[in-house]
Amino acid sequence: MNFLERTYLWEILKGLWITNRHFVVNITRHILNLFGIKTKPGAVTIQYPEVHRGYHHRLRTAHYLTHRENDGGPRCVGCMMCETICPAKCIYIVPTEHPDPNIEKQAVKFTIDMGKCVYCGFCVEACPEDAIRMDSGRLDICSYTREGMIWDINRLMANHHDPTNYKDVEKWLSEEF
Amino acid sequence: MWIELLTKLLIAGAVLIGVLSFGGLLTWVERKQSALMQDRIGANRASILGFRLLGLFHIMTDGIKMFTKEEFIPRTEHRVIFILSPFLAWFFSLLAFAIIPFTPELTIGGYSITIQVANPEIGVLVAFAMMGMAIYGVVLGGWASNNNYALLGSMRATAQLISYEVALAASAVGPLLIYGTLNMQDIVIWQGRLWNGWLPLWGIVVQPLAFLLFLIAGAAETKRIPFDLPEGESEIIGFNLEYSSMRFGAFMFTDFIEKILVACLTTSIFLGGWQVPWLADDGFRMGGELALGLGPVAVWLLRAASFGLKVCILIYVLMLVRWTLPRFRYDQLMNFGWKFLLPLAFLNIIVTAAVLMVLNL
Repeated sequence: MNFLERTYLWEILKGLWITNRHFVVNITRHILNLFGIKTKPGAVTIQYPEVHRGYHHRLRTAHYLTHRENDGGPRCVGCMMCETICPAKCIYIVPTEHPDPNIEKQAVKFTIDMGKCVYCGFCVEACPEDAIRMDSGRLDICSYTREGMIWDINRLMANHHDPTNYKDVEKWLSEEF
Repeated sequence: MWIELLTKLLIAGAVLIGVLSFGGLLTWVERKQSALMQDRIGANRASILGFRLLGLFHIMTDGIKMFTKEEFIPRTEHRVIFILSPFLAWFFSLLAFAIIPFTPELTIGGYSITIQVANPEIGVLVAFAMMGMAIYGVVLGGWASNNNYALLGSMRATAQLISYEVALAASAVGPLLIYGTLNMQDIVIWQGRLWNGWLPLWGIVVQPLAFLLFLIAGAAETKRIPFDLPEGESEIIGFNLEYSSMRFGAFMFTDFIEKILVACLTTSIFLGGWQVPWLADDGFRMGGELALGLGPVAVWLLRAASFGLKVCILIYVLMLVRWTLPRFRYDQLMNFGWKFLLPLAFLNIIVTAAVLMVLNL
């Protein structure tokens, strides 16, 4: 340390100058934004429940079951691949015959215990029919009860891919690579 | 006589309520200022009917939280002292505001009005005495807690506060030698002088070193970072270990009140109190000539606003320090107080006295 650094006072003044600069710059930006003059935001905070940051497109999020094109039912054929491979054993399927003889089976019950799921994505990998996906972009999976964490087939069918939950993929690709 | 008593009571009430509400506001200022300094937004979720009002309602939610939390009293023989001590600290730091000259005197229709509760000849000493008494809250609080950690914390706090009390008083001696008075109103009036007709002779101009020392010692008196060893929020166990609910709130609130007190004292002694530069009793004067004539009420209002503005700036600076610097280690704290602040304060006294004697003032 040189003499100025050892006196401590000069370094204090430098530190105070930095924090003071942040205060002045941020409050100026807040006031300008308040009056409708666009500047950079005065804070880096993302106000979470109202504003989402946007997830990366490869993030594994809440599951959903895809729909069959002709009748809108689940594309799942009840092959039990996902239930078998699931390391957390959180998928419970009850298969039955499908009226169409060309289709193997169908699932009458397809339940995922979201509280148990470890989001490994093996079920998606294992599925031969692209019936289960994990790109809904939802991570607000919460409930006041354990039962509320168990999603049945209707809930899984109702969930869907929501591109608004994701960051701009093209922009991300061009920036990162 | 009754009217005088009534006006005094009204003024005392106004000062009390003003200081308390300003102290409450400071909790909001502290949150928001630290947030802005750290590129955050700060507490803004408390709302009434959807209005958030920049998080101002958090002051109310804090109060509600403090009052509704469980009040815990440890098994101690000194129950009365335990209950009393936070309010001792609170009481004495509020009492010190009695001598702060917020405004000059204004004579309307034969009545003289000034927002100053009492104007004794020993004004500054009263303030120091009250600040010294406020230490008792900390000492007794730790002692009556029947907890060794709290006792150690209060010993640490006492050592720090008394050490810096000495430096605080010693650094104020320099300017008081120059002013030649202890009366707060006279101190402020003295600072209305101009040097060569243009430079206001405020305390900070005649005693810059004393100002710096006073501000540092004052910051230490308020028990805030970087001098927050008595409390030591994150790591150390402090004197208020056994306190909960509003009793803890009283201790915390005392810090804010003392912050205002230190800002008010520094303003009065070093920043010219209610003086506005170049503002005489009849208006702004430049080089002895009247540049802008003003009525007595306008002058009075300007001067009251000047006091408030100076206090706000000082509190901003104190908060800036509080949110910038890390905490002192205990040995560093003691070394800084006894081996740096106090010798410099004594040196300041000696030099000031010698200069005054040579100049034969």
